[in-house]
Amino acid sequence: MTAKIALSDVHKSFGTKAVLRGVNLQVETGQSLVVIGGSGSGKSVMLKSILGLLTPDSGSIKIDGRETVGLARRGRADIDHQVGMLFQNGALFDSLPVWKNVAFRAIQNDGMNESDARDLAVDALKRVELGPELLDLSPAALSGGMHKRVGLARAIASKPEIIFFDEPTTGLDPIMTDVINHLIRNCVQELGSTTVTITHDMTSVRAIADKTALLYKGEIIWQGTTDELEGSDDPFLNQFINGLAHGPIEVEGQKLDSAASPIEAV
Amino acid sequence: MTFLATIGTFFLAFFEQSGRLSVFVGQTLAAMLRPPIYFRIIGQQIIRIGYFSLPVVALTSFFTGGALAIQIYYGGNQFNSEAIVSSIVALGITRELGPVLGGLMVAGRVSAAIAAEIGTMRVTEQIDALTTLSTNPHKYLVAPRVIAATICMPVLALVADIIGIFGGFVVGTQSFGFNAAIYVQRTINFLSVDDVTSGLIKAAVFGFIIAIMGCYNGYYSKGGAQGVGRATTNAVVSASILILAANYLMTALLFSA
Ligand SMILES: Nc1ncnc2c1ncn2[C@@H]1O[C@H](COP(=O)(O)OP(=O)(O)OP(=O)(O)O)[C@@H](O)[C@H]1O
Ligand SMILES: [Mg+2]
Repeated sequence: MTAKIALSDVHKSFGTKAVLRGVNLQVETGQSLVVIGGSGSGKSVMLKSILGLLTPDSGSIKIDGRETVGLARRGRADIDHQVGMLFQNGALFDSLPVWKNVAFRAIQNDGMNESDARDLAVDALKRVELGPELLDLSPAALSGGMHKRVGLARAIASKPEIIFFDEPTTGLDPIMTDVINHLIRNCVQELGSTTVTITHDMTSVRAIADKTALLYKGEIIWQGTTDELEGSDDPFLNQFINGLAHGPIEVEGQKLDSAASPIEAV
Repeated sequence: MTFLATIGTFFLAFFEQSGRLSVFVGQTLAAMLRPPIYFRIIGQQIIRIGYFSLPVVALTSFFTGGALAIQIYYGGNQFNSEAIVSSIVALGITRELGPVLGGLMVAGRVSAAIAAEIGTMRVTEQIDALTTLSTNPHKYLVAPRVIAATICMPVLALVADIIGIFGGFVVGTQSFGFNAAIYVQRTINFLSVDDVTSGLIKAAVFGFIIAIMGCYNGYYSKGGAQGVGRATTNAVVSASILILAANYLMTALLFSA
């Protein structure tokens, strides 16, 4: 069986800054992959490359066995149609009310009429525990956490086959985090969606992941199941999941060991 | 060496920009011709671009028509001034000043607004979100604005023509004591349909330029609020320069034949 999403040797640089340096990763159909990695390690860049919003410098990204790098807009449209995405900052359309945001794809592409679209929006909002009183608000009137959840509702509203979540739980309270974790799990179990989630929250990793991948210095340096994650003695992974300041992971090209004791360095 | 390198960088940047702009215009034209066409958004944009520009354009052309009348009256010999003032005001406004000044004013208003709006959508990833929601940003954002501006500008230019001529009429009859009926009669006799249509054709081209430069600069803006600010400035400056250059070219083409 071919993987739903397969990245092989994907490279992406911005100017002289190499962000992805040979990413190899596979996600099976109906699997929930969680990507972890330090801030600025290129997780969002990786997602945007899969989505075709950024073009890799080299390497191959296949969705359903079909090469997507260098695909023309029209071929891309078939893929976009089965994909949902939650952006890290929500990216809601601020010129449209909440309900038009959530039902955007249905309105624009499927020509859904207004009352059906509102019903769809009510439904999707309910899944992220938001009530219908938000429908006519403008995104500017939402709190940070609501903004994120409306973004989530928009990503899942069309029940896509593949859903990407870029930090779905950052900025949410612990209870809401749990709700969202369940929601993502439900997408996988009930809709049969394939999901890729980026998160910094280890509770979310344990709740969501079938498989976890650690991105570091532009490469996937570890991947495995949640059980393997707990049992692993990989020093990088341990430092990351235990949130230790000291260890092999370098921040901004500087070992934290020395960064933590600047006085000695002088 | 550094001198050559500077020149090299400059030309590379120039060709990169113009190449990217050509591709952008191509994509926009394709988006304008192929369905889906978002009529409702075009309607909204016509209100925003056309209707709300009316006061600016009207005031500009009124004062310009008036100033023109004064210049011609005192500049020329005052013998037979009644005929000369009415005809030159009519000609100057319809052929040049109506469309060009109207275009420049709308460029300031509309290019800036479009660039700021689309630029903000770019830096907040709303344009990326559009794409992932299977909506082509050229069709949804760019084409409606370009279509609306291209439709609106000739209408605005026609309004500018009428109000500009009226400005000249007010100055002529109030300050110089011209006879109103004769002034109107002379204007009508002197103006030909071609004078007006040439100005309206120009205005349509200016409308296209205004919207394209606003969209293009917004679409490629990057780097947060500062980037959006830069895009806005660039949109107004490039639209204004292109309007003046295009005006020269079209004047040469339309009137030399
Ligand atoms: N469009 C861009 N132009 C230039 N550099 C970029 C661009 N997008 C991302 N980068 C750089 O790529 C690196 C990785 O960015 P990315 O957004 O993928 O980080 P991330 O892993 O998602 O971090 P976080 O967890 O903080 O969201 C960063 O150093 C960033 O500066
Ligand atoms: Mg990120």
